[in-house]
Amino acid sequence: MENKKLLSVKHLSRFYGSLAAVNSISFHLNKGEVLGFLGPNGAGKSTTMQVITGNLAPSAGQIDICGFDLIDSAKQAKANIGYLPEQPPLYREFTVDEYLLFCAQLNRIEKSKQNFALTRAKERCGLTQVGHRLINNLSKGYQQRVGIAQAIIHSPEIVILDEPTVGLDPIQIKEIRTLIRELAQDHGVILSTHILPEVQMTCDRVQIINHGQLVYSDDINHLHQRMRSNSIILGLNNPPAETELKSLTFIDEVEVLSETRFRLSHALENSPAENIAQIAADKKWGLFEIRPEQKTLEQVFVELTSGEVIADEADTEKYNGASAA
Amino acid sequence: MMIFTLARRELRSLFLSPLAWAILAIVQFILAYLFLSQLQEFLLIQPRLATIDNAPGVTELVIAPLYGSAAFIMMLVAPLLTMRLISEERRNKSLPLLISAPVSMTEIIMGKYLGMLGFAAIMIFMMTLMPLSLYFAGTLDAGLLFSIVLGTSLLLAAFISLGLYMSSLTAQPTIAAMSTFGMLLMLWIIDWAGGKADAAASGLLEYLSILRHFEAFSKGIFNSSDFIYYLLFISLFLILSIRRLDGDRLQR
Repeated sequence: MENKKLLSVKHLSRFYGSLAAVNSISFHLNKGEVLGFLGPNGAGKSTTMQVITGNLAPSAGQIDICGFDLIDSAKQAKANIGYLPEQPPLYREFTVDEYLLFCAQLNRIEKSKQNFALTRAKERCGLTQVGHRLINNLSKGYQQRVGIAQAIIHSPEIVILDEPTVGLDPIQIKEIRTLIRELAQDHGVILSTHILPEVQMTCDRVQIINHGQLVYSDDINHLHQRMRSNSIILGLNNPPAETELKSLTFIDEVEVLSETRFRLSHALENSPAENIAQIAADKKWGLFEIRPEQKTLEQVFVELTSGEVIADEADTEKYNGASAA
Repeated sequence: MMIFTLARRELRSLFLSPLAWAILAIVQFILAYLFLSQLQEFLLIQPRLATIDNAPGVTELVIAPLYGSAAFIMMLVAPLLTMRLISEERRNKSLPLLISAPVSMTEIIMGKYLGMLGFAAIMIFMMTLMPLSLYFAGTLDAGLLFSIVLGTSLLLAAFISLGLYMSSLTAQPTIAAMSTFGMLLMLWIIDWAGGKADAAASGLLEYLSILRHFEAFSKGIFNSSDFIYYLLFISLFLILSIRRLDGDRLQR
């Protein structure tokens, strides 16, 4: 990864009255990477996006965009940003061409280069066919693309997309994700979302924000590892004694969830599922459910927000050891 | 330069909606009716006027009342024109486009104001075609006509600046229109209370009245204090609008 820093945010805070929507967060964005901004609704994602694009004034902190301070030299800083808010800022009575041309002028693209910029933005967002149509008559997916085209028309160093795939159908989502990957080749992209698969597919680096605080910031691969499960849920109609379950191979611990359901913990590298299914069938335990537990985003959040990891600190360490080896 | 880009967009948006066309057409129709009936009246009394020395001409008797009525109609129409300037962008959430672009708040407001002034210029031009048509039949008092048109333009420019500010206060165009109308009407009638109050207070109320300053223009009196009144009025509301828009970023 190139190490050119495009954006650096230091100790940024934003208060609404006494409520801290964003509380002293610091992060940076390098050229050529997609930074995923992940968090549940109301965690402060959009607020952060709005602050770094100048739509909200920060209560405290410093924002540096390509060497320009957002407060002191707002115009130069903003010239390097393309922003797609949650709701695309469209003038619906305009045609796509008129609208994008206005955006080009707004971003001070020279007159001679405006047409080129327009054509290029339309090509990248798949809008070539709809240039003459009214934005109002376009489908939601196309409107979203017009929003993205607006954000990249002046080839800014930083492209900030706030939940760009909300409300789109699966095919459109796929296209937009591909587009984001393409953009990352010569821009830095910040992608805010609460959809985990989106981050997994498109981002190089992930930041998780919760209650206005940055609780996690790391490579995407490390997040994947965190989410891997080390337990399975087992449902048996005629369950044996708890001790018998515990004595099975690879099982470290047994937790009784109900009379017929159990959670079995195991080391990450050995899955006991096949073995258990075999034994359950042989001994007629009445197996009706066996399922490796996938940690949900919420569980990862809980782990991350509570600092010390629940129950399986040891396992995580074991795992980290294994991955290092 | 950027102001003109913004102004052009504003004007274009305005003409893409039927509202602007409807307003132009209806205002023109009503004023034409007034103009013609006023003219007919004038033609009836013209023989008698000819016998009087220094009698008032067509400019005083037809055109000044026409623009007086126009001023009143514009008070009703201006709120409808300006109501959407900012409130609609708020409602459509399209303001971030302007704010995250490399333009200042001042440029945004000035652009919007200038775009609306463009529309006002079109409206006043259409209106002025009527008196100008009288040049086919005779001559007018050009100085008086100029003074009247200037006064009307300043009055409309002042209406628009107030409407712009009201629009920046809310996300509901109808509320912006209603409060603009209320404010304009208040400023229109504020000096009615003047006669009854004591002299100093009534002087102040008269000075505040937006209509008083227009009346001087329509008599052909160019008073720099009237001119300055309108400039101050416009600047005040433009500055308030800029501050209001800037305030969006700071608090909520």
